[in-house]
Amino acid sequence: MILENGWTTLLHKEVLRFWKVSFQTVAAPVLTSVLYMLIFGHVLEEHVQVYDGVPYTAFLLPGLAMMSVLQNAFANSSSSLIQSKIMGNLVFLLLTPLSHRSWFVAYVGSSVIRGLAVGAGVFLVTGWLVPLQFAAPLWILVFAFVGAAMLGTLGLIAGLWAEKFDQMAAFQNFIIMPMTFLSGVFYSIHSLPPFWQQLSHLNPFFYMIDGFRYGFFGHSDVSPWTSLAVVGTALVVVSGIALHLLRTGYKIRH
Amino acid sequence: MPSTPALSFQSVSKAYPARAAGAAPLQALDQVSFDVTEGEFFGLLGPNGAGKTTLISILAGLTRASSGRVQVHGHDVQTDYAQARRLLGVVPQELVFDPFFNVREALRFQSGYFGIRDNGAWIDELLEGLGLADKANANMRQLSGGMKRRVLVAQALVHRPRVIVLDEPTAGVDVELRQTLWQFIARLNREGHTVLLTTHYLEEAEALCQRIAMLKRGRVVALETTSDLIRSASGQVLRFKLDGDLPPPLQAKARVTGRIVQLPVHDAHDIEQVLAQLRAAQLQAEDVEVRKADLEDVFLQVMAGQGQTSAQEAA
Repeated sequence: MILENGWTTLLHKEVLRFWKVSFQTVAAPVLTSVLYMLIFGHVLEEHVQVYDGVPYTAFLLPGLAMMSVLQNAFANSSSSLIQSKIMGNLVFLLLTPLSHRSWFVAYVGSSVIRGLAVGAGVFLVTGWLVPLQFAAPLWILVFAFVGAAMLGTLGLIAGLWAEKFDQMAAFQNFIIMPMTFLSGVFYSIHSLPPFWQQLSHLNPFFYMIDGFRYGFFGHSDVSPWTSLAVVGTALVVVSGIALHLLRTGYKIRH
Repeated sequence: MPSTPALSFQSVSKAYPARAAGAAPLQALDQVSFDVTEGEFFGLLGPNGAGKTTLISILAGLTRASSGRVQVHGHDVQTDYAQARRLLGVVPQELVFDPFFNVREALRFQSGYFGIRDNGAWIDELLEGLGLADKANANMRQLSGGMKRRVLVAQALVHRPRVIVLDEPTAGVDVELRQTLWQFIARLNREGHTVLLTTHYLEEAEALCQRIAMLKRGRVVALETTSDLIRSASGQVLRFKLDGDLPPPLQAKARVTGRIVQLPVHDAHDIEQVLAQLRAAQLQAEDVEVRKADLEDVFLQVMAGQGQTSAQEAA
């Protein structure tokens, strides 16, 4: 992939953009996850055990962290693009020689960084509450990175497609939010009726959470290799779509 | 062998799809052709909706032409866009800014997008030249409209483009900014930069531009040197103040600004006829004077369909 050297500036700018409002973009989602952890942990700790010998809060934490990674990676690229489009300052980028590949790497890269920063924050704040295991740390890193990249890419597509904040909210609340909540963050899909189990297998977010959780416990609903194949394929597909939209100037060059 | 023009527009057309079923597509540009030579200060004039911003958007890569070709120093803006954009600095018409950053950050980022690092000396020179030095660390949101306009100009120049495109840069800004801006741009033009300017302030265009193209409904209707354009104006202008409505035969060709009336005249006989019509209508003209036609008179004549130059042949 050929990149001009301007892409590092765009990456830097996109990281600085969210870092300048880090209370909103990093601290707030960490706090939300901590609240989920405390409330669900308190209510369900004595009633639910998903894996033998693993407390529910220990099962929940990786799922919550991954959900935060995914949602914030999506929020980063999508909100940056929609704000720039609506405020008109996207023109500063459109006037530059940066290629569609540079745009892609910078927007997705900054989304990965924000997603991982929030995920790390969740572990830093809540990790002392539960006994954490790290059965296969490499899988943790792989799924965190690939999942964040996938959601950063989806955010890029949503940011290009949406013309107003209302459309973006619809994309986020009616597609991204249900897919993350119904991906096994709070439960194992083996606890679901057969129909919902089958349906969950069609949700790529399930594979991200399941693979990520495998890295902690060495247990998962499906093999991590299967999860990686599904998530990797999904990432390639959405990346292809995003690159095509950027190359053709979809809704940004008329 | 002729040198490559700084800008070349070749049979550029742009049609927007019809907004309603059964409506005709909007022809924003229709076979626009002209060149701008290197080092020229070139004016692109026309009323609102004439197609000036569409043409600049095509040049800048913000909009795609339906047909035709646009080149910057021989580089096609579509097929060789990276090189074309490196040579172009565009000041957009809208007052846009990124609220997350201060002035210096905005300029550093814009410089970096073009792959230029360590551009501090030139950024400092831009800040000084455009009267922004004391605002370098101010957030963009804290700046007045005029200051934001200056930053837009600085952002367009930060990668030292050979061609500077100014799309109504002085719309709604004060006299001080206009003077600062034109001094700075004129200096860059003297140093060899090509300038393409659109403006509704025709006295600015007359003072600055060596050559002018006029657009009307997407077509070039005049393309001349500024002095030739003014020479082509029909005669002189009779100017006077008047309380009351002009007689209908004079209204059609008059330019009225409050009490001030300006009418094109060719000779003493024309002047006498105008004054006779005023007397017949029992109107008293005050502060009567005759002056040479200026670019605004030419513009009005061309837009009214009079005094049209051989633009399409010239193009």
